[in-house]
Amino acid sequence: MIPELGHFSLILALGLSVALAVLPALGVYRRDALLMQTGPSIATGLFVLLAFSFGCLMYSFIQDDFSVAYVANNSNSALPLQYKISAVWGAHEGSFLLWTLIASGWTLAVAAFSRGLTFDMKARVLSVLGLLCAGFASFLLFTSNPFDRNLPFHPADGGDLNPLLQDFGLIVHPPMLYMGYVGFAVPFALAIATLTTGRLDAAWARWSRPWTNAAWAFLTVGITLGSWWAYYELGWGGWWFWDAVENASFMPWLMGIALIHSLAASEKRGVFKSWTVLLAISTFSLSLLGAFLVRSGVLTSVHAFAVDPTRGIFILMFLVLVIGGSLTLYAWKASGIKSEAQFEWNSREAMLLINNLLLVVATASVLLGTLYPLLYEVITDGKKISVGPPYFNRVFVPIVCLLFIAMAVSPFSRWRRTSGDVLLRQHWPFLLATPVIICLVTYVVATGIDVIAIGVETLAVWILVLLARHWWQAGSISSASQLGMMLAHAGIAVAILGVIVTITYSEGRDVRMNPGESIALAGYDITFEGVQKVRGPNYLADQAEFNVTRDGEFVAKLRPEKRVYSVGQNVMTEADMDPGLMRDVYVALGEKVGDTAWAVRVHVKPFVRWIWLGGLLVALGGFVTLLDKRYRRVRELVSNNVVGTAA
Amino acid sequence: MTFNKSLLIPLGVFGLLVVFLALGFRLQDPHLLPSVLIDKPFPEFELQDLRQPDQLRTLADLSGEVSLVNVWATWCPNCLIEHPELLRISRETDLPLYGVNYNDDNGKALGWLARHENPYEFSIVDDKGTLAIDLGVYGAPETFVLDASGVIRFRHVGPVTPEVWRETLLPVVEHLQGMSDG
Repeated sequence: MIPELGHFSLILALGLSVALAVLPALGVYRRDALLMQTGPSIATGLFVLLAFSFGCLMYSFIQDDFSVAYVANNSNSALPLQYKISAVWGAHEGSFLLWTLIASGWTLAVAAFSRGLTFDMKARVLSVLGLLCAGFASFLLFTSNPFDRNLPFHPADGGDLNPLLQDFGLIVHPPMLYMGYVGFAVPFALAIATLTTGRLDAAWARWSRPWTNAAWAFLTVGITLGSWWAYYELGWGGWWFWDAVENASFMPWLMGIALIHSLAASEKRGVFKSWTVLLAISTFSLSLLGAFLVRSGVLTSVHAFAVDPTRGIFILMFLVLVIGGSLTLYAWKASGIKSEAQFEWNSREAMLLINNLLLVVATASVLLGTLYPLLYEVITDGKKISVGPPYFNRVFVPIVCLLFIAMAVSPFSRWRRTSGDVLLRQHWPFLLATPVIICLVTYVVATGIDVIAIGVETLAVWILVLLARHWWQAGSISSASQLGMMLAHAGIAVAILGVIVTITYSEGRDVRMNPGESIALAGYDITFEGVQKVRGPNYLADQAEFNVTRDGEFVAKLRPEKRVYSVGQNVMTEADMDPGLMRDVYVALGEKVGDTAWAVRVHVKPFVRWIWLGGLLVALGGFVTLLDKRYRRVRELVSNNVVGTAA
Repeated sequence: MTFNKSLLIPLGVFGLLVVFLALGFRLQDPHLLPSVLIDKPFPEFELQDLRQPDQLRTLADLSGEVSLVNVWATWCPNCLIEHPELLRISRETDLPLYGVNYNDDNGKALGWLARHENPYEFSIVDDKGTLAIDLGVYGAPETFVLDASGVIRFRHVGPVTPEVWRETLLPVVEHLQGMSDG
């Protein structure tokens, strides 16, 4: 009964989202203020219905209702409660229900926090969001209904949640990621609404900024969590794989950075307006494209959901409608947009332009690498190749290094023009000293000097110290926006340091060990004590014990496991690590290779935590900007827009 | 207002992308799950026969002609759904059909076969799931098409319905039989 209520509520939600797409827009067209104001109440209803539907699905999971096919495929009565709950979004159908719920949540947020918008704009924006929700809801109902029953033959117990997903990181990772993906729908809807009015003013940019920052900050948290999860759960000690699905989240993130910076220039100086609109459309389009890649089965990936051609065709049609439609609107309407201001090559505008160009090229290079296997298969009629880290490292890394240079000097630039060469005159001793100091430190601490590592470290330290100097010179931080910017930039620098040090100075070995044997790695002695059987709630495991010492002093006891989950008989490697700010000691248990011997993988990874620490700092910066008072003031901009300027 | 043609560039790029995505889509055969085992020999095994527990079955028992290997279990509701079709195949064709009884209880499995009739030449007892792991089985039911030399040539995940048989498995079987005859 409960699943039917959820299903019914989902159908009602589709109806309401269609109403949301149509009624306010109709109000704008007919200049009917009453119709225009229907948006917020419909949005509330939509959110409540979807939340109820989501609750029903969660209830079915908690109650072990295996007559629901989705529950039977992704849960089991022995699954711990927290994983029964997270299993709701553990596979395609439920995760897309979450996606739709989040989309309606953002829609409600727009309806609730839109005092700065005119009635007219608000109606248009809500209509666009309603249209998107209608697309998502019909995708759910027509191709991926999570409430489908398995009757009359329903299994006595479920097939269990994929053990890879039975983990804290995966409880939080998808919701954060979707908050980001779907959050970009708000600046998208604003851009579309503005295009239909033909008026792109500072108000539009100011209004888009907090929403873009929020969505982007959520996406940052999601990507950071995903990387952290891959590190400790996949058992390979890697933290980024350039996997198609990772790239799918990375592309809107990169484009989001470009959008955030371009919006700043549009708001403050009235430049790049048409370009900013295009970025807003592209960012959300890349989110949708990501959804297509993950859910259609066009690309094979460890993350991809089950292959189903109807789903793929549906999403492709949706993409054509949404992206094609908005780009057509853009081509038609953007000719009228003029940028007002002039600027010089060394101005902040120019810096932002460089930032944008580099980010777009970086995104394009990731997109090309992600889709290349597919393009190749189409052109050669079926030959398969894969594009791996070598391509991305060679193409993507130099572009972002250029970006880091721009990032280091950017806080010193001024709008319109930057007086003289402030940067070089005031900071040359420091700029020169950095690489020298880094060389010295490296020489003392590490095993060898690596030129690329030193170059990249220098860039990261430049970013950090120039930020600090900028702060110090300014005397105080003028706004939450500025504080957020500094935190985010500092976070990027911290993450860069983490990445480059980990890549360059990690040490690892795959060895065969008997109990009692020990190996020495990067100054640590790691002794294999033995293996014992342990029983978890829904698995059996071989648990090994390792003793880690340094110079005879005890450091940690590590207990990596090899688990066999009872239901699916899946074998999972559960690595164990001693985390630290300066280094991680990481041990993963491989196969049993003799009577008592085991294959063991040991890593010492310096600075690896800095990657995620930096990521969280970046996200924090994004959230801090939301506190900026300017975004919450009811603006006088409302006044010059009269109700009913519809095309 | 003059129309700026360069504004059409994003639309053009997107159009190109859609064409490729659509073409890439057409390439995929949705029934063909990527399996590392396609065109690889069926894994070696040495397991009990379900009905004659003292007889050990090995890979040699599966080779010789084109055959189907079906992974099934009594705990699997979808196995019951495909059962009538498997019975029909075993009655109406001379294609050998072998069962792999996956993670099951022998008593229950024998009872199930007695109740619903046995379509298999013989069933292999894989109560520890070792063969299933070697096969990379996601769940039951799964059906493999083997050629005469015991190489896996096709894999179908999910129940074998009359449509699946007609449109997917039968063409593969006929193709392979044609090759071994010629």
